[in-house]
Amino acid sequence: MSAPTLTQDPAAKERRPRRPRAGTVRPPAGGLGKALRRNVTAHGFLIGAVLCFAFFSWYPIVREFLLAFQKTEDGQVSWTGWDNFVTIWNDPAFGQAWRNTLWFTALALVLGFAVPFVTALVINEFRHGQGYLRLLVYLPVMLPPTASVLLFKYLYDPGYGMFNEVLDVFGIPAQQWLQDPDTAMLSVVVASTWMNMGGATLIYLAALQSVPGELYEAAELDGAGLLRKVWHVTIPQTRLILALMLLMQIIATMQVFIEPFLLTGGAGPEGSTTTVVYLIYQYAFNFNNYGAAAALGLILLVTLAVFSAVYARLNRATEE
Amino acid sequence: MSTRTLISPAALARPRGRLLYWLCFALVVVLFTLAFLGPLYWMVSGGLKTTQEAVQTPPTWVPGSVHPENYRRAWGGMDLARLLLNTLYYAFGALAFQLVLDVAAAYSLSKLRPVLGKAILGLMLVTLMIPATVLVVPQYLTVLDMPIVERNLLNSPWAIWLPSVTNAFNIFLLKRFFDSIPKELLDAASMDGAGPLRVLWSVVLPISRPILGVVSIFAVVGVWKDFLWPMLVLPDPTGQTLAVGIYSLATSVPENVLIAALTIASLPTLLLFLLFQRNIMSGLTAGGLKG
Repeated sequence: MSAPTLTQDPAAKERRPRRPRAGTVRPPAGGLGKALRRNVTAHGFLIGAVLCFAFFSWYPIVREFLLAFQKTEDGQVSWTGWDNFVTIWNDPAFGQAWRNTLWFTALALVLGFAVPFVTALVINEFRHGQGYLRLLVYLPVMLPPTASVLLFKYLYDPGYGMFNEVLDVFGIPAQQWLQDPDTAMLSVVVASTWMNMGGATLIYLAALQSVPGELYEAAELDGAGLLRKVWHVTIPQTRLILALMLLMQIIATMQVFIEPFLLTGGAGPEGSTTTVVYLIYQYAFNFNNYGAAAALGLILLVTLAVFSAVYARLNRATEE
Repeated sequence: MSTRTLISPAALARPRGRLLYWLCFALVVVLFTLAFLGPLYWMVSGGLKTTQEAVQTPPTWVPGSVHPENYRRAWGGMDLARLLLNTLYYAFGALAFQLVLDVAAAYSLSKLRPVLGKAILGLMLVTLMIPATVLVVPQYLTVLDMPIVERNLLNSPWAIWLPSVTNAFNIFLLKRFFDSIPKELLDAASMDGAGPLRVLWSVVLPISRPILGVVSIFAVVGVWKDFLWPMLVLPDPTGQTLAVGIYSLATSVPENVLIAALTIASLPTLLLFLLFQRNIMSGLTAGGLKG
């Protein structure tokens, strides 16, 4: 495609003034009628998107809060106070789902946060083949998740899967992977990291470009080795991006659904991969208990809102 | 690219440094190729095996005999052509709705500045804070029985298209780009008597091609990759997307045919990616995350 890209087009940079100030299409000063007409036109441009937001975003958000305190029986909606919350609290799956979700998030952070950063560090050092390596890492992001997940299910098969065959090459005994409660979640995380790490890696690579080279030189004069340079220069210089990505990953991984849903059918062996979102799904679409689903959703929402708020603050800090 | 990185150029210039560099480089290239292309190789070759060979223990690295007809069986037996067409229909419909409505909204918020515009933008951005999976239940109930218009959108493409417009991130990207277009340019056009629509069409849009490209790719890929939402609102097997259709047929076809179907399902976005990789990769970093 010959269209210039955002970051690589020098002309685009020139067009952009240092402090972007918005121009306003405004007819020459006139009376109230003109102002009214301007507003009508402006809202005319907005109305389509606003209606979509009203129906599919704002109204459902309000409804989520209402549903959590309502009960539907034979088409009759009634208020139930905190009953829905009591119901889910007493469900033995509740604690398990939260434990699994937190465990998944912790594993996904160890793998899904560290692996892309180290990958970006390594790729950034090479003077050759960077394009090829970036392409490879980003490739899985473009696959439909169903295809990647079902492919991993095939690779994980204890009998005819590729992974046990690879382990065999190194003389490691075959694993049960998804069928074993101890390794099921780890297997899900590995698949998830493979599928999703490309985006984070590219963002880290972009961030690494902005680390001033003089800092490394200064560190070398002080006799710093490779690891100390990473610890004392690279990480402090990219810490804002790192913090943002960490929060974004926490928010994304706590909503994990498709990977366990397709890999282990949702619950997994002995419920070892039941996540909070899968439990919401079960309440709503298997048991038709929308109230309980909404109550659990609300708890997840509040939990994630804390992370989102921190994210928004940090994001504002990077914008400035 | 001459930016100074972790390892000093002086160290690389030494013979030992250079040897080490090439050793590491070779190791990483081999490792990455195996890690990222290995599973894809297993997929393509698995689709070429016989049913028996695809599920035999231990598995084979190279198919004993090649059976490209599995791909034909997957294409015909799972009706992939229909699923593919459905997905394209939903994806490009969503793209059209997003391009028209989101661009118009971003233009209005950025340049026409109506009263309450700031509040509306704020309400749109707040939706980014709400986890999408939490909203699935009330959104589904809304689609079942749309308020005011009293329609059931189940199994209708509108259930994909209209919610796709509520992409606050795209509106934000577009608005930020429009904000950077100098006022003088637009003033000159309106001085010549161009109305807001004309200004948008002949001045703003031609300048905005890069960001429109990024937003379009996000829109299409978004629908392509979505799973939970289309699974819920398009239960009718004849109207399903590729991602959902393959999942619902997964247990009813032999393993080798399923694997062949996965390969076919992966091809369109892979091709799109190889064609537009520069736009896609730069669009990612344009998303507001700059070091």
